[in-house]
Amino acid sequence: MESVLGRYKNLIVLVCVLFAQVLGLAVQVKRTTDTESSRLIRIWAVDSVTPFEKALNWIHNSSWNVWHNYFYLRGVRAENRGLKAEIERLRLQQVRLNEDAAQARRLQALFAFKEQFISQTRPAQVIGSSGSEQSRVIYIDKGESDGLKPDMAVITVDGIVGKVLKVFHSTSQILLIDDQSSGVGGILEKSRLQGIVRGTRSGEVVLEHIMSDNPVQAGEVVRTSGGDRIFPKGLPVGTVSQVGNGPDLFLTIRVRPAANLSKLEEVLVVTKLVEQEPTQLETGPVRAADILAQRLPSVPDKPPDSSKPATGEAAQPAANGAKATAASKPAKPPEAPNAANTNAANPPKSDERTPPKPQAQVVPPRKAASPNSLSVAPAATPPGGLKPATEKGPAPAPVKVADPERPTPNPKPPVTPAPNPAQDGPQ
Amino acid sequence: MPITYTSGEQVEVYRFNWPITIGVPATALFLQAWLPRHFSFFAMLDLPLLVTIFFGISRRNPVSGLLTGGVIGVFQDALTSLPIGINGIAKTVVGYGASSLGVKLDVENAGARLLVTLVFCVAHKIVYFMVARGLVNLSMQWSWPHELWAAFINAIVGVFLFFALDRFKQRT
Repeated sequence: MESVLGRYKNLIVLVCVLFAQVLGLAVQVKRTTDTESSRLIRIWAVDSVTPFEKALNWIHNSSWNVWHNYFYLRGVRAENRGLKAEIERLRLQQVRLNEDAAQARRLQALFAFKEQFISQTRPAQVIGSSGSEQSRVIYIDKGESDGLKPDMAVITVDGIVGKVLKVFHSTSQILLIDDQSSGVGGILEKSRLQGIVRGTRSGEVVLEHIMSDNPVQAGEVVRTSGGDRIFPKGLPVGTVSQVGNGPDLFLTIRVRPAANLSKLEEVLVVTKLVEQEPTQLETGPVRAADILAQRLPSVPDKPPDSSKPATGEAAQPAANGAKATAASKPAKPPEAPNAANTNAANPPKSDERTPPKPQAQVVPPRKAASPNSLSVAPAATPPGGLKPATEKGPAPAPVKVADPERPTPNPKPPVTPAPNPAQDGPQ
Repeated sequence: MPITYTSGEQVEVYRFNWPITIGVPATALFLQAWLPRHFSFFAMLDLPLLVTIFFGISRRNPVSGLLTGGVIGVFQDALTSLPIGINGIAKTVVGYGASSLGVKLDVENAGARLLVTLVFCVAHKIVYFMVARGLVNLSMQWSWPHELWAAFINAIVGVFLFFALDRFKQRT
């Protein structure tokens, strides 16, 4: 007996080790959650690797910052000028989008839509990966101590990234959307077809469960549908890159992810979602007849007074565009909130980060008391209380700007009993 | 000292001190987790597997080889989202095979190392695939060109890595 054991010692040890591991695998497969022993091994492995990853990441970022912030500053002045021009343009766009969003909120309240808003996010740095092609996960430098929990959405400003899979003390494991075990509810932006966004073994992202008789074009944007209860509705997932016929009457739709999943540096973890149902209190009582009246054809606005000096051309097209947008998209849901904005439920205050400049005061539409004031401020605002939105041009048309030098000849009452679509309402 | 089939000569059995025994696999695991994030090419490499093969053919002790492979594989699994044990089983088999082969064959020259590493990379993939499909029911597809190409790349890197690690060997 002893000779047999001695002769086959190596094989016996091999079989024992393999049997133990198969047994451990079977236990893990049977249980959906991690057992204590396997979780302990994961904690050991992650805790032994991530400190070095954090250190290397810190060294890499520090050297990169020193180089870019102190040495490599070529073209910064030109870039600064360009950025300032971009800020001016975005300010105008913001005013227009605020109008669109306000209108969408009011209309959603009419239909009692229930929405999810990103209320709180937590920025995190990507410090490592699984290093395996079969498991597309990354590690971030925020964990349980930072309030992270499993199944939280992870996004970037470009689009969604994945979800929190496992949370450790100071790190977390993120399952990317191109992993074959991931699944995200997706919706095509134009055709409004809903499917499931999955990863493949080769690391591609596909949209599944779209019937082949549906017309899907390459280039169409895919957004989150909100059906998975992890990602809020409307976040960009990617763009359709290729459409082909798949098995079982379904299309094979390849999606190019909006976020660059192979070059992730920083991500945002959505730590708080607010689900709210807009109430009538927020919008005030609005009659269906009033909404219809606002959509009726109307008399165009009077041409601007020629005696008044022109204050810029850039603002006027934006203002016209705002009207056109408001008219053509009556029930557009609000755009995906800017991920960096940690409280997207409320309309962003106008330029919190910029130094105080003279700006037009836009009356918050939520507090509008009558249907007439759905998208405009009452014209009877005291003169001098409002100033142009920018230094270069006037405020867009939906925002009434009072000229401090010329008093309003015939101020309207703040609340008019009947709607007057020809004057102010969206056309 | 074991005698090889190929050269008929005695081959050396090497050992490693504890810092190397722990540090080299830990470094391989760390680099495997860190490098692919910055250089996607490294996702094709399997540094822990190369380290398993190196320790196996150097120590020429099957029990030591399979235990080294098992531990490295389990820790590699722990960094993924998959159940722990898939890499563990595959690397246990490879560690056992490499050390058993090291007893029988002279694998000190570059050509033999290239061939041995190539064979064990393919064997590792086959075992991994069987465990992942058969035991864990993962949806995986086998692609011979991809696996052979990855094995070849690993073998090339392995040859250089083995020569770099040779300096840590200690004769028994």
